Amino acid sequence: MTDISISGLEFSYPGDHAFAMAVPKLTIPAGECVAIVGPSGSGKTTLLSLVAGTLLPLAGKIQIGEITVSQLGDTARRSFRSREIGQVFQAFELIEYLTVNENVLLGPIIESAVDTQVRERATTLLHSVGLGDKAHTKPANLSHGERQRVAVCRAMLNQPRVLLADEPTGNLDQANKQNVVDLLVTQAREQGSTLLMVTHDQSLLGSFDRVIDFEELTGVTA
Amino acid sequence: MKGALFLGWRYLAHHRFKTIVLLASVTLMMFLPAATRLLVADSAQALTARAENTPLLIGAPGSELELVLNALYFHAERPPEVTSQLAEDVRRTGLATVIPLNTRFLARGAPIVGTSLDYFSFRGLGLRDGRMMGLLGECVIGANVARSQGVGVGDSLVSSPETVFDLAGVYPLKMNIVGVLEPSASADDDAVFVDVRTTWVIQGLGHGHQDLEEAGAANAVLSRNDDAITANASLLQYNEITAENVRDFHFHGDTSGFPLSAVIAVPNDEKAGTLLRGRFQDGEIDGQLVLPRVVLGDLLETVFTVQNYIILGLVMLSLATVAVITLVFLLSQQLRRGEFFTLKRMGASRGFLTTLVASELGFVVLGSLVLAALLTWAVRTYATQFLLSLMTL
Repeated sequence: MTDISISGLEFSYPGDHAFAMAVPKLTIPAGECVAIVGPSGSGKTTLLSLVAGTLLPLAGKIQIGEITVSQLGDTARRSFRSREIGQVFQAFELIEYLTVNENVLLGPIIESAVDTQVRERATTLLHSVGLGDKAHTKPANLSHGERQRVAVCRAMLNQPRVLLADEPTGNLDQANKQNVVDLLVTQAREQGSTLLMVTHDQSLLGSFDRVIDFEELTGVTA
Repeated sequence: MKGALFLGWRYLAHHRFKTIVLLASVTLMMFLPAATRLLVADSAQALTARAENTPLLIGAPGSELELVLNALYFHAERPPEVTSQLAEDVRRTGLATVIPLNTRFLARGAPIVGTSLDYFSFRGLGLRDGRMMGLLGECVIGANVARSQGVGVGDSLVSSPETVFDLAGVYPLKMNIVGVLEPSASADDDAVFVDVRTTWVIQGLGHGHQDLEEAGAANAVLSRNDDAITANASLLQYNEITAENVRDFHFHGDTSGFPLSAVIAVPNDEKAGTLLRGRFQDGEIDGQLVLPRVVLGDLLETVFTVQNYIILGLVMLSLATVAVITLVFLLSQQLRRGEFFTLKRMGASRGFLTTLVASELGFVVLGSLVLAALLTWAVRTYATQFLLSLMTL
């Protein structure tokens, strides 16, 4: 079963004529864990933003399951994103004034959809990554590794169909890098999510089902 | 909406110091002009209410304001004295009821007000306990005096000597409390009321001592002739007036020359009031007759002018504060761009982010409103009386 299907995708930032990206075709089966590698500035992060529906393509189609993301309106895209997509950002982007538990619940908080079931799931996720006792701690009091795990829990809370991770190992030592990748892959496999992770680190590629070289995939002019 | 409010609340709770500074600034911005206006209005009302109820006041020539503040609030600078003859002169006109006031002395810091029983009916003062003073040396105390000094009917108060070195002057007099007044939320609550003649005893114009005809006083008698008996210092002087010794108290000299601080004149009607004012204007009766309402009106006019300048200054300060708060707020939004971007990527709409920022502002403004209201209430409840006491000290 195909989960992500991209065809004839074209994108450039308004006013930035130096950057243009095109992805003629890409299909990723459901549940596959994929690493995307490529040089900086080639558009890997942009591709994740397009898949997440944060950006809209100039041309082409992005389909996730039965939904063509690129054809959804603003509200529908936001709703789709919070329902079907989980994201782990480069610097984890935890909200400093919220506790660990509230950070994990951030998606439902934005949707005003926090209920007992969601709370229980957040607690279960935190326990599963060994942060059960840190639920009421603020991110400033967490170690780097703990912050990563909170970010992964936040991304996994809505049991997303697609998990997008944008260089989550960027500033970590080797041991922590492998921990994050293992955590992401394990969680994605447990949930049956499709994982799409951007990385520069060749040493981590062995953990993935497939590695996509972005330069080969696209016609990039950077 | 609920989510944005929650995040707004959590943001403010996390940045406690910043929130407290913002709350304090906005609270003061709201509170100061409002409180100044209310405080002045309340004080003005309290001041004028008593003045409105005191139709005419007579005293010695001098500061009208001192005369009014002393006669109405008992705490102001002591005005020059008049003689009780003045009260008699006014009484004799038949145009007004005359109420003497002698406010020169203190008892444990509370003013002793020498007056007549007419004063109580004139001010509408009722008794909470006991009875009105009937004998020389008896006193009726205001509700605050009873509370603050922990005294009541059956207890006594001693008048304060004016100066330790004035051997011929004011001696402490032990006064028996025979009544406690109902609270009236006025200066009367803080006063000790005695018959005006009692104040003359305190002043040394009247006194009581051992009967010189008694056998026990024989050793004190130095000389005796048809007009006078001269005694030495061993003669027993009374410093408390009791039922047993009250007959031994007497005044030397003509009481019409004894001092009063002021005289309240309650005209029989409007015409009588006008006639009485004419008598003073014509110089038929010596002294100064003032309308307390007019005197305090002049004072309040000055107070209101000062108040307007203060409020103008506060408004300008508030505008500067608003400008600084706006700047701080905008800078804070710049610093939070990363956070907003994350929220956006997590599914937050532009409306959500606007609601988040607005809720933070709303909480601060709402909190400040509540604090400003509480402070204003506290000021209205507690500060008006304090301010009045400052104005009349």
